[in-house]
Amino acid sequence: MTPESKIAIAGLYKIFGPDPAAALPLVRDRGIGKTELLEQHGHVLGLDNISMTVRQGDVHVVMGLSGSGKSTLIRHLNRLIEPTAGSIHVDGTDIMDLSPRALRHFRRHRASMVFQRFALHPHRTVLGNVAYGLRVQGVKRATAEARARGWIERVGLSGFEDRFPTALSGGMQQRVGLARALATDSDILLMDEAFSALDPLIRTDMQGVLLALQAELRKTIVFITHDLDEALRLGDRIAILRDGAVIQEGTTPEIVMRPADAYIADFVKDINRARVLRVKAVMTSDRAGARGPAVDAQTTLEEALTAFHDDPSGRRPVSREGEGIVGSVGLPEILRAIERPDISGSDARVTPQARAAG
Amino acid sequence: MADPNWLIDFPAIDDATLRAINRAIDDAYLGFTRTFGAAIEDAFLPLLRLMVWVEQMLLGAPWWLVIAVIAGLAWAASRRPALVGLVVGSFLFIGIMGMWEDTMRTMAMIAVCTLMAVTAGIPIGVLMSRSDRLKGAVVPVLDVMQTMPSFVYLIPVVMLLGLGKVPGVLAVVIYAIPPVIRLTDLGIRLVNEEVLEATDAFGASPWQRLWGVQVPLALPNIMAGINQTIMMALSMVVVASMIGVKGLGQPVLRAVTNQYFAMGVLNGLAVVLLAIIFDRLTQSYGRRLQRYRDDA
Ligand SMILES: Nc1ncnc2c1ncn2[C@@H]1O[C@H](COP(=O)(O)OP(=O)(O)O)[C@@H](O)[C@H]1O
Ligand SMILES: [Mg+2]
Repeated sequence: MTPESKIAIAGLYKIFGPDPAAALPLVRDRGIGKTELLEQHGHVLGLDNISMTVRQGDVHVVMGLSGSGKSTLIRHLNRLIEPTAGSIHVDGTDIMDLSPRALRHFRRHRASMVFQRFALHPHRTVLGNVAYGLRVQGVKRATAEARARGWIERVGLSGFEDRFPTALSGGMQQRVGLARALATDSDILLMDEAFSALDPLIRTDMQGVLLALQAELRKTIVFITHDLDEALRLGDRIAILRDGAVIQEGTTPEIVMRPADAYIADFVKDINRARVLRVKAVMTSDRAGARGPAVDAQTTLEEALTAFHDDPSGRRPVSREGEGIVGSVGLPEILRAIERPDISGSDARVTPQARAAG
Repeated sequence: MADPNWLIDFPAIDDATLRAINRAIDDAYLGFTRTFGAAIEDAFLPLLRLMVWVEQMLLGAPWWLVIAVIAGLAWAASRRPALVGLVVGSFLFIGIMGMWEDTMRTMAMIAVCTLMAVTAGIPIGVLMSRSDRLKGAVVPVLDVMQTMPSFVYLIPVVMLLGLGKVPGVLAVVIYAIPPVIRLTDLGIRLVNEEVLEATDAFGASPWQRLWGVQVPLALPNIMAGINQTIMMALSMVVVASMIGVKGLGQPVLRAVTNQYFAMGVLNGLAVVLLAIIFDRLTQSYGRRLQRYRDDA
């Protein structure tokens, strides 16, 4: 565990059914898979030995097809679902050890959640919804509402404070959902397919809103999605889930450039790598010999190419917002990253690197 | 079997045995009322005081004030001038036809009964919604309370408490409470799972979840239950008058026994007007509680 680790999940199992405890050894010790467990033993394998570390300040994406266990996993992080076995340490405390009271405190102050279908309180106004988390914390109405107004403004809903959720479009409702989660000032944000129910344009819009807020707030975000583009746009790290098990975990470029198996390779084969990968993924910290105008670390490789028009063989300095020049990048690395990798079976297996790409 | 006729005549126990059984039950209950009657009567003293207080207030206040207050309530509940007009018109008619006093007594009775039914019914409904076992136990009792002919449970109530207001209120509440209980339970069970999950995710305590989310979202259903309870209480007015509850029921009862047709119709009409007013009032209020659903 690195010191910057925020959430550490270890050996997490969830089995649904009449007697999960009895079914656990079948899965854990005899390695029975999801299909067999269901057909032979009548239990559903929700999560299969998940171990995963979420770093402080990262957007950690969990991606997988429908039914792969994404919602089940994220609901364990605030114990909306109790595990069959395993532990989840948040800042060193196993949240499975929390008393009901301590768990409420954890949910009020440490981890807030955004839901796929918004799950707003229909009988409260936008203001009432955004202030809800604070009211539950015991903050006085006037204070709670004043703070809620600030968040409503941040998500671009000023003027809608007194509307009821049913009067709002899906995109606006999810802005309320986001403001409600941010208002509690929790350091962890859990987002379960938060943008999946929105139209593509609105979805892109909301991703932008989230990225802008995150650039400033630096929360630890666990973001669930089944959409690869969304995962690549938002994620610092991505974990891929299949049948309740993590089959690959790594930084975005790692996943794209070295998919662990054919399943993931299939996921990533059609993406436009030049648009998805960013300079930060291919740059080196060595800045010797770099000249010309700086390229931002967040620039996509496609845009970065234009910086080499006049001088294809030179290197360009790379800057990062607030940090100045942090390294350099040259054309060969960019071209190598854009090339489609050849995936040849198991030797492509990735070991997650300690290097942070973002 | 000594008697070969048992295939033809139902083999009922003989009359003497039946009489003995009935007598035994009656004696046991009588013994119970003798021992505890006074204590139970004392326990219901606050109820009697409340009943008398409400009645005195309605009878003591000037008629125009009563009409103004009820019209104000109608406006607050519905924001509809038509309903306010109906309220004022109905009460003027009742007053002009000389039924003011009986109507006020009946209203006092209905108000107290509804209050009792709601204060007891909502908590029972809430508990029921949390436990399927409790629900399984309570539902048959409610079914019996609603289908048992209402005269039947007047008997033990009267044996226990005699004639008067308190047994009247008890009989009415027993008869009228099931809808509040049922619809509170239903309303809470119908609250959206995802909304509740979100509520939990923000760390709401069970109490905050109940009063901040479940009850408010169940309120339209609860109001429908209260509405039905009021209607059922009104339908008990005549029956309750048989055990000495004053109000519109007594003239109706007298009209029936003496064949006073006009008197029966007039007082019956007053009950109908009260029913319509209470019905419209509670329904409009129920609708206004849901206005967030169609906020455009
Ligand atoms: N309460 C439950 N009871 C039984 N099976 C469940 C329950 N919740 C989820 N599952 C099963 O667990 C698996 C993972 O579900 P879920 O976490 O909702 O997937 P995802 O969010 O990735 O679509 C699915 O096979 C689903 O049917
Ligand atoms: Mg899901």
